[in-house]
Amino acid sequence: MPVKYYILIIVAALLVFIGFDAFFIINEQNQAIVTQFGRPVGDPVTTPGLKTKVPFIQKVNYFDKRYLEWDGDVNQIPTRDKRFLFVDTYARWEITDPLQFFRRLRDESGGQSRLDDILDGETRNAVANNELLELVRSTNRSPEETEDIFEEMDELEQIEVGRDAIEAMVLQRANERTADLGIRVLDFRFKRINYVDDVRERVYERMISERNRIADLFRSEGEGEARRISGERERELNRIMSEAVRTSDRIRGRADAEATAIYATAYNRNAASRSLYEFLKTLETYEKTLDDDVTLILTTDSDLFRLMRTSD
Amino acid sequence: MTEKNPFGNIQIPREIIMLKKHLWKIVVVVLLVFVGFSSLYTVGPEEVGVVLQFGKYNRTTQPGLNYKIPIFEEVFTIPVERQLKQEFGFRTEEVGVRSRYATANLEDETLMLTGDLNLAEVEWVVQYRINDPYLYLFRVRNAEKTLRDMSESIMRKVVGDRTVNEVLTVGRQQVATEVEVLMQQLCDEYELGIAIDQVVLQDVNPPDPVKPSFNAVNEAQQQRETLINRALAEYNQVIPRARGEAQELIEQAEGYAINRVNRAQGEADRFTAVYEEYIQAPQVTRKRLYLETMERLLPNMGEKIIIDENSANVLPLLQLGQTRTGGIN
Repeated sequence: MPVKYYILIIVAALLVFIGFDAFFIINEQNQAIVTQFGRPVGDPVTTPGLKTKVPFIQKVNYFDKRYLEWDGDVNQIPTRDKRFLFVDTYARWEITDPLQFFRRLRDESGGQSRLDDILDGETRNAVANNELLELVRSTNRSPEETEDIFEEMDELEQIEVGRDAIEAMVLQRANERTADLGIRVLDFRFKRINYVDDVRERVYERMISERNRIADLFRSEGEGEARRISGERERELNRIMSEAVRTSDRIRGRADAEATAIYATAYNRNAASRSLYEFLKTLETYEKTLDDDVTLILTTDSDLFRLMRTSD
Repeated sequence: MTEKNPFGNIQIPREIIMLKKHLWKIVVVVLLVFVGFSSLYTVGPEEVGVVLQFGKYNRTTQPGLNYKIPIFEEVFTIPVERQLKQEFGFRTEEVGVRSRYATANLEDETLMLTGDLNLAEVEWVVQYRINDPYLYLFRVRNAEKTLRDMSESIMRKVVGDRTVNEVLTVGRQQVATEVEVLMQQLCDEYELGIAIDQVVLQDVNPPDPVKPSFNAVNEAQQQRETLINRALAEYNQVIPRARGEAQELIEQAEGYAINRVNRAQGEADRFTAVYEEYIQAPQVTRKRLYLETMERLLPNMGEKIIIDENSANVLPLLQLGQTRTGGIN
C-alpha cells in the first residue's frame, strides 16, 4: 500500500476526531458556559440539545440546572435564652446565572462552600438572636385540651416571631448575600433542633417530675372523689331514714288523732254516755287486772253481797 | 483466487478461508443485532419512559416494547404508578407476614421538641408517587433526599406547635394531616414532581427515660377510677337498700294507722250500740253488766273472803302470801 494512502487515513481520522470535538450535548439537567483559554465566550448555553463550539480551543464547563441540595453542618449553638442546641439545617438552591457563578465560584463545590459560610453564619445569628420557643413554634394556635386535669399543661406560651419567620429571615439574608454570585437560594429550613445531651437530661428530669405531679394529682383526685361519694352516701342515708321516720310518725300521729276523735265522738255524747263509758271501762279493767293471784276481801256492805246481811 | 500463504506450506482449512471470505457479512450481521438490541427497550407496566434526544426531552413512552435511536437517544424509566415510601425512625428490614423493623441509632431522626419544650419520639411513614417524571428527573437533583429533608423539617414544625400531650394522644391524626398538606405544598414549591399520598404516624412515644413516669400517670389514672368506682359501689350497696327500709317504715306506719283507726271505729261502734240499748233502761243494765262481770270474775279469783261490814280489823288475821297454798281450790 502506498504511503499516500496511509496519510489519507490519518487525516481522515483526525478530521473525525476534530469533528467530534466541535459538538457537545447539553441535556435537560445541565447548562454550560464555553470558555476559550479559560475566558468565557458568548452567552451561557441553557437550552438542551446538540451544540457546537470551536474544537480544542474552546472548552465546555457544565453546571447543574436543577435545584441543588445543601445540608448544613450540625452545629451546637446557644439561643438567646442560653440553651444549647444542636441545629441541623438544609437548603435548596440553584445556579441562576452560570456566567457569574463561573466567575465568582468556578464550580459547584465552590458554591457549596460559599453557601456553608453564608448559611451557617446566618443560622448561628438567627439562633443566637432568638429564644428557643421562637425556634420551635411557628404559630400561636391554641392547643387542644386532652383532659381536664392537664389544663395548665395544655397551654402554650405566646410567641412573637416563630420558626417560619426566622427561616424566612435567614433565607432573605442569604439571598441578599448571594445576589452577585449567580445563585438563588430557593428555601432554607431547620431540619432538626435538639437539646445537647446534658440539657436533654435536665429536660427528662423535668418531664418526669411533671408527670409524677400529675400522677399524684390523679391519685388525690381519686381519693377526694371517693371521700365525697362516701360522704354523700352518709348524708343520703341519713336523709332517707330520717324522712321515713318523720313520715311514719306523722302517719301514726294522724291515726292516733283520728282514733281519739272517734272515741271522743262516741263516748262524749252526753252525761249518760260518759257515765256508761266509765262504768264499762272500769269493769273491763277489773276483768283485766283481777285473776287468780288476787285475794278478794269483800264486806257485806258491797253491792254484791249486801243480800247476805239482809234480804230486803 | 491465489493468495500468499504467510505460513508457508501449511494447509489452511477450508472453513477459515470461508470465514475470511464472509467476514464483512458477519460484521454487518453482528452490527445489525447490536443496533437492534440497543434500540429496543421495555417499559414496565407501572412505568413510563422518558426519552432524551441529544440530551433534549423528546417524548414520553408508555408501557410495552419501545424503540429508540441508538447512541443519540437516552431513556429513563420512571415507576409513576408505584407507591413509594420513606420511613422515619425505623427501617423495614424484612417484609413479610411479620415484618421486621430496625430502630437502632435512629433516635436523632425521631426525637423532637414539642411546643411546650418537652421531647417526644415520633415515627412516621410518607407514602408518595412520582406524578411528573419530567420534573422528578430534570428539575431537582436527588428528589428523594429533598423529600426526606422536607419531611423531617415539616414534622418538627408541626409537632413544635403542639403540646406533648396533644402529640401523644388526641392530636395524632391532626399532625399527620397537617404534615401531609404542608409537604404537598412544599413539593409543589420545589417542583419535585412528587405527589404525597399519605403521611402515617407510627409510634409516638415519650423518650425512653421518661416512659416509666408516663406509665405511672396512666396507672394513677386507673387508680383514680378504681377508687371512685369502689366508692360508688359502696354507695350503690347502701342507698337503694336504705330507700327500701324507709319505705318499709312508712308502710308499717300506714299499717299501724289503719289498725288504730279501725279498732277505734270498731270500739266506738260497739260502745254506741251498747249505749243505744243502755239508755233504754240504764239502772237495770248497769246492774246486769256489773253482776255479769262479777260472775265471770269471781270464780277465777284466788281467795275470797267476805266479812261483815261491822267487824273491822280482821286484816291482821290474814296471813297474806300463805293463802295460796292452803286455799280452797
